[in-house]
Amino acid sequence: MAELLGIPAPVLFGQLLLGLINGAFYAILSLGLAVIFGLLNIINFTHGAQYMMGAFTAWMLLNHLGLGYWWALLLAPLLVGFTGILIERLLLKRLAGLDHLYGLLLTFGLALVIQGLFRNEFGSTGLPYAIPPELRGGQNLGFMFLPNYRAWVVGVSLAVCLATWLVIEKTRLGSYLRAATENPTLVQAMGIDVPRMVTLTYGFGVALAAFAGVLAAPIYQVSPLMGADLIIVVFAVVVIGGMGSILGSIVTGFGLGVIEGLTKVFWPEASSTVIFVIMAIVLLLRPAGLFGRSG
Amino acid sequence: MRRSLLSAGAALLALSTAPAMADFTGGKVRIGVLNDQSSLYADITGQGSVVAARMAVEDFGSKVKGTPIEVTFADHQNKPDVGSNIARQWYDTDGVDVIVDVPTSSVALAINEIAREKNKVFLVSGAATSDLTGPKCSPNTVHWTYDTWALANGTGSAIVQTGGDSWFFLTADYAFGHALERDTEAVVLKSGGKVLGKVRHPLNTADFSSYLLQAQGSKAKIIGLANAGGDTINSIKQAAEFGIVAGGQNLAGLLVFISDVHGLGLQAAQGLIFTESFYWDLNDSTRAWSKRFAERMGGRMPTMVQAGVYAAVTHYLKALDALGSDADGKAVVAKMKETPTDDPLFGKGTIRKDGRKLHPMYLFEVKKPAESKGPWDYYKLKATIPADKAFRPLAEGNCPLAQ
Repeated sequence: MAELLGIPAPVLFGQLLLGLINGAFYAILSLGLAVIFGLLNIINFTHGAQYMMGAFTAWMLLNHLGLGYWWALLLAPLLVGFTGILIERLLLKRLAGLDHLYGLLLTFGLALVIQGLFRNEFGSTGLPYAIPPELRGGQNLGFMFLPNYRAWVVGVSLAVCLATWLVIEKTRLGSYLRAATENPTLVQAMGIDVPRMVTLTYGFGVALAAFAGVLAAPIYQVSPLMGADLIIVVFAVVVIGGMGSILGSIVTGFGLGVIEGLTKVFWPEASSTVIFVIMAIVLLLRPAGLFGRSG
Repeated sequence: MRRSLLSAGAALLALSTAPAMADFTGGKVRIGVLNDQSSLYADITGQGSVVAARMAVEDFGSKVKGTPIEVTFADHQNKPDVGSNIARQWYDTDGVDVIVDVPTSSVALAINEIAREKNKVFLVSGAATSDLTGPKCSPNTVHWTYDTWALANGTGSAIVQTGGDSWFFLTADYAFGHALERDTEAVVLKSGGKVLGKVRHPLNTADFSSYLLQAQGSKAKIIGLANAGGDTINSIKQAAEFGIVAGGQNLAGLLVFISDVHGLGLQAAQGLIFTESFYWDLNDSTRAWSKRFAERMGGRMPTMVQAGVYAAVTHYLKALDALGSDADGKAVVAKMKETPTDDPLFGKGTIRKDGRKLHPMYLFEVKKPAESKGPWDYYKLKATIPADKAFRPLAEGNCPLAQ
């Protein structure tokens, strides 16, 4: 059997694929963060809590209203995105023009409050959420058993990431967005409602987080802590990719998923730290991130 | 400042000349419940342990020899440094006489040393490592509910005997996981099985697929989960997703709590075999107590850790009542060891020289959804391991107190 770096090739392929799957979550979450940072200049620390809210909304839709996974995939982002719009209108808006630190503190505080409320209500163990029947089972790829659900996660994440990138880079709406990022006053002078665009952008970023939450619900336990554990890694991903860079966050998300996956084979104990080591190195060599523009 | 110094001096003088009767430091007995209030072990220990301690105090009459008893609690966040700081503050300035519970073995080992240094009392229910009554044993510590040796002995030997003779370990990478893996490996090897490999994952991992794939590749019959709480739940859930059990390999949950089974749901947890020292539906007195507990906890049934907190605090208060003092931690623990234990949850038992509380352990199997009659009806009793067989023999623990 062919071996690469002392590991049988099939095992290595399996781990690469798994890394890609985990990278899909990093990519969607960091994409939302990048979009929000790009336009609002706000480091959205509530992102992890909003991801968790997405998963809980899916659970509540199922257990209280009998609406299954596919409905949740549609409704949870809308509902959680709407709470995001409220947060922007009622709170974040007041911080426009202030130092980054204010937004950071506000969103971090909000995250703690939201997590605390869910933990108080549901406990820390979490709740079960089954894989939808259509996506149960898996394929034997020869080198590994690939659950259908994980294949779906990679596919749909890639599609959402690409669509977002296309909208922002290639459409008229996207051009308004990018222009408003550069110079909001001038864009407003052209007759475009920038405050509304800012609100909707925040709502969209939050909806992306909730979407990732619904995707994650059948794989991980639906738990109040699921976002807190993930968000730190996602921030590292955003920093490595370059703050505010859309393409950077997508590519880095998938790439770091793969690197983390490989670390789990070669040095499992280090798998929770490898991303931060990379972050430190990137910050030393390219302080603006791999895809960021300095200045 | 000078006045407070003077009055402190006077108080000290008064204390030293007062009769030894009912000599409670600070004029009250303070019990500190220190555990995980917010993270992956919060449902296993957390507020439930605080409620259990309060119930023990109330059932005792809320006073020892006329001295009031207080229960306080804090969150150690599963970090040894945070736990140590709280413990020092409690023992040094807040008048806490005994620290109870303390899940997360690395934190418990740290507090074990602080209690010894300050001559206070430490009653362990949440932590698992058998080192607490082994090389690290202390005259100030009692280890109540369970330990890694008992888990390994119960589950490990039962599984090897039924044909599960090749193992792969998925181990949480800290003191507890290492101890559980070590103790289980010893049992597997002793019973004629073999260990094909192991992988160590960081505490509080979300994705286990990579580790599970390695376990799958090992072709071991049994994948031993030397982890706990959310880590165990995610391992079991994702093992089902990757078709591990369907592919002929079996999982051995080496430390599973009823809160984990509740979180997984019977559909995912059915058939799991594991060892515990307590289940709410064991007998009339466990049912009666658990019902009272559940009323205060929004319907949640107690875990064995929470039951252990109740029993340990009850026995501690009995020792204080007999001694009439809480000032000398070593003396209190010596009294606890000297007195046979008797409580509604663990029945009659004893505490050994090394601090190990002895009671039966039970091998449970999780029911199929069809067998369960209602919420929290989860376990079938498969075997009872008597108290003298359930824990590591005194001579094998390398505890200096036992020599």
